[in-house]
Amino acid sequence: MGEFAIGQGVPRFEDPRLVRGEGHYVGDIDLPGMAFGHVLRSPHAHARIRAIDVNQAKAAPGVLAVLTGADWQASGFGDLPVPGGLKRRDGAPLYRPPFPALVKDRARWVGDYVAFVVAETIHQAMDAAELIAVDYEVLPAITAAADAVAPGVPLVWDDCPNNICFVQLEGDKAATDAAFARADHVVKHRLVINRVTAASMEPRGSVGVYHPADGRYTIYTTLQRAHTFREELAKNVLRVPENKVRVVAGDIGGSFGMKSAVYNEVGLVLLAAKVVGRPVKWISTRSEAFLGDAQARDNVTEAELALDRDGNFLAVRVKTIANLGAYLQVGGQSFISNIGTLAGVYRTPALHADITAVFTHTNPVRPYRGNGRPEAAYVIERLVDLAADQLGLDPVELRRRNTIPPQAMPFRTGLTFTYDSGEFAQNMDMALKLGDFNGFEKRRAQAHQRGKLRGIGISNTIERAAAPSYEGAEIRFDRSGAVTLLSGTVNQGQGHETTFKQIVCDRLGLDPREVQYLQGDTDQVFFGEGTGGSRSATIGGSAFLLATEKILVKAKALAAHLLKVAVDDTKFADGIFSSPKTNQTVTINEVAKAAAAPARLPKGMEPGLVATAVFNLEVENFPNGCHVCELEIDPDTGQVEMMRYSVVDDVGTVINPLLVHGQIVGGIAQGVGQILMEDIRFDADSGQLISGSFMDYAMPRASDLSSVQVKSNPVPTPTNPLGVKGCGEAGCVGAMPAVANAIVDALSGLGIRHIEMPATPERIWRAINNSPGRAGQPAAAEPR
Amino acid sequence: MAVTFTLNGKPTTLDVDPNMPLLWAIREVAGLTGTKFGCGMALCGACTVHIEGQATRSCVTPLSAVAGQNVVTIEGLSSKAARAVQAAWRKLDVVQCGYCQSGQIMSATALLAHTPKPNDSDINSAMNGNICRCATYVRIRAAIHEAARGMEG
Repeated sequence: MGEFAIGQGVPRFEDPRLVRGEGHYVGDIDLPGMAFGHVLRSPHAHARIRAIDVNQAKAAPGVLAVLTGADWQASGFGDLPVPGGLKRRDGAPLYRPPFPALVKDRARWVGDYVAFVVAETIHQAMDAAELIAVDYEVLPAITAAADAVAPGVPLVWDDCPNNICFVQLEGDKAATDAAFARADHVVKHRLVINRVTAASMEPRGSVGVYHPADGRYTIYTTLQRAHTFREELAKNVLRVPENKVRVVAGDIGGSFGMKSAVYNEVGLVLLAAKVVGRPVKWISTRSEAFLGDAQARDNVTEAELALDRDGNFLAVRVKTIANLGAYLQVGGQSFISNIGTLAGVYRTPALHADITAVFTHTNPVRPYRGNGRPEAAYVIERLVDLAADQLGLDPVELRRRNTIPPQAMPFRTGLTFTYDSGEFAQNMDMALKLGDFNGFEKRRAQAHQRGKLRGIGISNTIERAAAPSYEGAEIRFDRSGAVTLLSGTVNQGQGHETTFKQIVCDRLGLDPREVQYLQGDTDQVFFGEGTGGSRSATIGGSAFLLATEKILVKAKALAAHLLKVAVDDTKFADGIFSSPKTNQTVTINEVAKAAAAPARLPKGMEPGLVATAVFNLEVENFPNGCHVCELEIDPDTGQVEMMRYSVVDDVGTVINPLLVHGQIVGGIAQGVGQILMEDIRFDADSGQLISGSFMDYAMPRASDLSSVQVKSNPVPTPTNPLGVKGCGEAGCVGAMPAVANAIVDALSGLGIRHIEMPATPERIWRAINNSPGRAGQPAAAEPR
Repeated sequence: MAVTFTLNGKPTTLDVDPNMPLLWAIREVAGLTGTKFGCGMALCGACTVHIEGQATRSCVTPLSAVAGQNVVTIEGLSSKAARAVQAAWRKLDVVQCGYCQSGQIMSATALLAHTPKPNDSDINSAMNGNICRCATYVRIRAAIHEAARGMEG
């Protein structure tokens, strides 16, 4: 086991170029003859477009083309893909809105796509867009999910009653209702998960090229799943076979789910490139990112937990209204596949979820780090703390009483999933120790002396990673004996190159510093899917493992031939083939060189040492862990300060602890951000985005995150050959409830039982000043 | 009207609108793409460069403001502090997606040039203007301390 083996904290091979500014992102692309595109967006949340006059814009300096909804419709390109398969409450199919890249007669959110201007320079395109005269008839808009189903509210789609796109029912309703009927205690709360945005530091972008000679398209863009992207783009938009489309992703500056759709601009730059006969580049500004990117979360849940007199959980029942925004992107509906994680790490026998997904006049919603899992974890873990408070029980003890024991594995939960492994109670014990839970009351008393309110919050969370699917991997030895790895996954910062090099080099005894890595180009990577849902180590990693096995079968046969021994007498270790029958050895690189020389091969052996593998995962895995958050609140200002954060995670086999801890901490920060500060807010009357810049949308910064202690309690899963569980989203899943529980704990002495997210200083200050513990103080109403 | 300044140690004249933000002059005219666009409003720090050794947001700095001045971008970093910062960044595995890291490294290098032994509070004030969505902040802090130790040797 060398310094680069699986389990070693190998510093990333990606970093030498990234610390020198040598990353290559879509914004850095500069093609000969490139023109620039700009999107004219709707300034209204809901408006009828009576007319568009583009004549002046077309005549403006440098303008090459102005495209409108009518041009899009006449172009021969198809609309963006829209998922199907779900149903409404009466059994009718879900409402599938049309999704053209440019709207023709109606705009449905502030940021909806009205026209696309192409010019010699970006500034000429922007100036010309201002000359487009759009005659809007402004219509009333609805932005809040909870209000969208009320009678008489504006409809986003005229033929979609009550704005309901689909309803998802999951679990055993009869058993759940029966459990509630006989319960000794029922704990209820309305829990609001606010809307946030991914705000990746690299904005989205696309460069489209059309090659008329062979009718082929190339798109350089920001994405997560290159091959799936090509499938959706070729089939739905371009209406050509996939071999007519090349999708290329360079370095991706963060995505978190947001960049995984085929967005309108992708179709627009390709159509524009075809129209003007030149490459066309579009790069989002930050304002456009707020207005145009898909956003996330945004749902309201009426949650209930039924318990018996001993505090055993009997049932969980939730009714949720989830906001989809104005359109349904592919993936926008996919949060429902994670509803099962509402079961948490508990034995609760009966659960039922009733989810209504609604349209509103807002940005489309799509997956964002966790995609339904943080919401589910927040609901169950807040319910547990609310139950402990209502019943006068210790929240740790209440959790312990209901936690699934390891000997119950595999454990079929009351909702959807069967967990394969996990030491949930041990995670909690370890995390409480790591966070010095026993010393907390002393620290709380000390904080009180300083005039601060100190709280501690726990979450015992579990999530679902690597939904069943496949991934491709290729190991390519060249004639010099050197190696290139090609993966179907696409890195957006996770460190795939390092991870996969460790897996392959560990097996094949190669020096990872001498191995090249390629990804994200559908002309180079033979087959695959991409990255998302914490799948890449599990599925992409297993694909590489499979490819190493194929390489070794052939290499061993050739090595035996070269060593003049039988295959069964040939051994392989640390990159060297040997045999007890000879004192000769041959390295795998030498075998690869021999593979390129037909004269050196055994009769009938195909030259070359190359293996492709597609690993098909049949069962997902369930990363889990315990988060303990400790914080202080200044009662005079409502300001929260994170004091201590401790995590014990079980992400199965740890391939590289440096990368895993980076992912966990990054996820925690996004959870902390949502609970404390981040908020996409629309004006209720006009539907205008109020928090549309980094001045208005608070992002976690250097001073917001104290040190985080991360410890692993790995229980390898039997569901994939590496034993890994996904680690990309686990931090975010655990952090939301842990931080929220800590805030409520800090405020509990004032009689405060819950606080909505984001718990901004203002909201906390108002809660404190309206609390029973501050009776007699002037009341302060919260503004809408 | 052309603007003449020193870019990464080389005398440079860019014949473009002097009101062009330095960020775009560097990226699109000088062709150095290591400096990144993040917001265009000096709210995120992705575009940070050094002007006369000071960490400065190039997205709100007009090209005319650097006439006769010494501008250093991530491509031109070569000081002792810079080498220590880049080495610490690699050793502690700071980077995730990498997009903001040019700006982070420029801010950290400027901090260490002026404050060779910063405490956490110094780091917070120097680095709070640089957003990292991957939230590499904890490691950035550790790497700045590591680089400070590295500069002693």
